[in-house]
Amino acid sequence: MSFLSYLITGLSLGSVYAIIALGYTMVYGIAKMLNFAHGDVIMVGAYVSFLAIGKYDTPALVACLLSVFACTILGVLIERLAYKPLRSAPSLAVLITAIGVSYFLQNSAQLLWGTDTKVFPAMLGTNQLVLFNGELMISYVTIATIVACIIIMTVLTLFINKTKIGKAMRACSEDKGAAQLMGINVDNTISITFAIGSGLAAIASVLLCTAYPALNPTLGSMPGIKAFTAAVFGGIGSIPGAFIGGLMLGILETFSIVYISSQLSDAIVFGVLIIVLLLRPTGLLGKKIRVKV
Amino acid sequence: MSKEYILKTENLGIDFGGLTAVNNLNLKIEKNQIYGLIGPNGAGKTTVFNLLTKVYEPTRGKVIIDGQSTEKMDLVAVNKLGIARTFQNIRLFKELSVLDNVKVGLHNQKEYSLVSAIFRLPKFGSAEKEIESEAMELLDVLGLKEFADFKAKNLPYGKQRKLEIARALATHPKILLLDEPAAGMNPAETAELLDTVKFIRDHFQIAILLIEHDMKFVMGLCEKITVLNFGEVLAYGDPDDIKNNPEVIAAYLGSDE
Ligand SMILES: Nc1ncnc2c1ncn2[C@@H]1O[C@H](COP(=O)(O)OP(=O)(O)OP(=O)(O)O)[C@@H](O)[C@H]1O
Ligand SMILES: [Mg+2]
Repeated sequence: MSFLSYLITGLSLGSVYAIIALGYTMVYGIAKMLNFAHGDVIMVGAYVSFLAIGKYDTPALVACLLSVFACTILGVLIERLAYKPLRSAPSLAVLITAIGVSYFLQNSAQLLWGTDTKVFPAMLGTNQLVLFNGELMISYVTIATIVACIIIMTVLTLFINKTKIGKAMRACSEDKGAAQLMGINVDNTISITFAIGSGLAAIASVLLCTAYPALNPTLGSMPGIKAFTAAVFGGIGSIPGAFIGGLMLGILETFSIVYISSQLSDAIVFGVLIIVLLLRPTGLLGKKIRVKV
Repeated sequence: MSKEYILKTENLGIDFGGLTAVNNLNLKIEKNQIYGLIGPNGAGKTTVFNLLTKVYEPTRGKVIIDGQSTEKMDLVAVNKLGIARTFQNIRLFKELSVLDNVKVGLHNQKEYSLVSAIFRLPKFGSAEKEIESEAMELLDVLGLKEFADFKAKNLPYGKQRKLEIARALATHPKILLLDEPAAGMNPAETAELLDTVKFIRDHFQIAILLIEHDMKFVMGLCEKITVLNFGEVLAYGDPDDIKNNPEVIAAYLGSDE
């Protein structure tokens, strides 16, 4: 029974990674850049809901919505102010800018909210679902996280495949010039991509902080890097890839912690990533990127 | 009385570093006209298309589409003005279905604000149905109806070229630019394409500017032709003038055609 319980814990952790990884993978797929500030958007989202609940005593759902709203705006602002001017710059310049934005957000958070670690309030309660006469206990947070991830994946897949803006996103991800000559506004499409990715980061922040309630200005770094790893693992640019990559990473990490060593778990996770990339350089579901001449 | 020109260029030119790719080009294309732009390899034909559609900014001169200068416009703006094109090296949205390739063009005929774009949910109402039926109609014109659900990349080459035409038509252009539409097609397909292009002009009442190396195709289709050589206009006239122009013949013989 403990195996099943670890598996569920892993799935839940993986769900959070998957939701964050979507932000990396969509931005990469459409804007062709690695947004290394994505993890710090999670951090901002966490502080927004923390302040909403702690200072203004808003209900959990309202706090969550506020956080989504704030992150969506933040994501679009980051794109418009920092990345849009570099649309035709070399990718190294964009990458370094993204790292700069990441530090800017972390330092701003330190100034605004201090460097001390705060405790995130229990938003979803600590109740547990008890199964098999108490042999298997699953917290409702865990279940909510997995369910949230499945809902997000389903809605997002429908959105990308069925809606006008979803089709515009796919068109832009393939060929921006041709898309513009079909009347698609590429700048708007990229902004919407950042808006969605950052909104999802806010949801991830609430789920993450409910499971690991320690709040500080660098809290986004590690989940950010892990989710980025998950995106690469699944095949960066691929939405189902982010989902599978996230879940596998979460399970792998949890199993490494409980069956091997908690100190070594990160080394194992990244070791597996390296092996996967050696065997399949484009990740599990990634496509070979065509270089246009 | 002056004619109504759907597309005009005035002393249009572009340099790439030291190379003058196009120089002093004065095109005048009438409404509903089928117009040919020909010339040996590297003459600057595709570059002209790139100038007309704002892929490149001209170094000199200007482009006037439907009476409006395209100075300061970007690709989206000139498309909205009524120009659409295909590409010499096919640039379809390969991972999208054949139908979606066309729908993308139809969907973006109206400027949308960021907010409305995020919150507009898929409408299965009349607008979406209209788009669907118009897309199918366009596919029908190009003989692609039964391939609607294929991924674009899985179409055979000749059909991909036709899909590019359907996709361009979806933006409701007043002038359609075709860059070597018959390239890679066999004689039967080329003959069929010739009829299709005529049909498109008559049915949609639009002008068509085309680049093509297949002389039978060009001579059989175009009402007026401009010949480019080394970026400069070598000759202009109707097909008979061009066919018998010694300079044109020399230019083609001089190249490896
Ligand atoms: N972006 C660019 N940078 C530098 N040179 C360019 C560029 N685009 C085109 N050229 C040059 O301009 C000239 C004209 O090229 P263009 O592609 O317009 O020829 P074309 O008439 O379409 O030839 P083809 O029949 O082979 O398609 C060529 O010498 C080409 O190398
Ligand atoms: Mg060419």
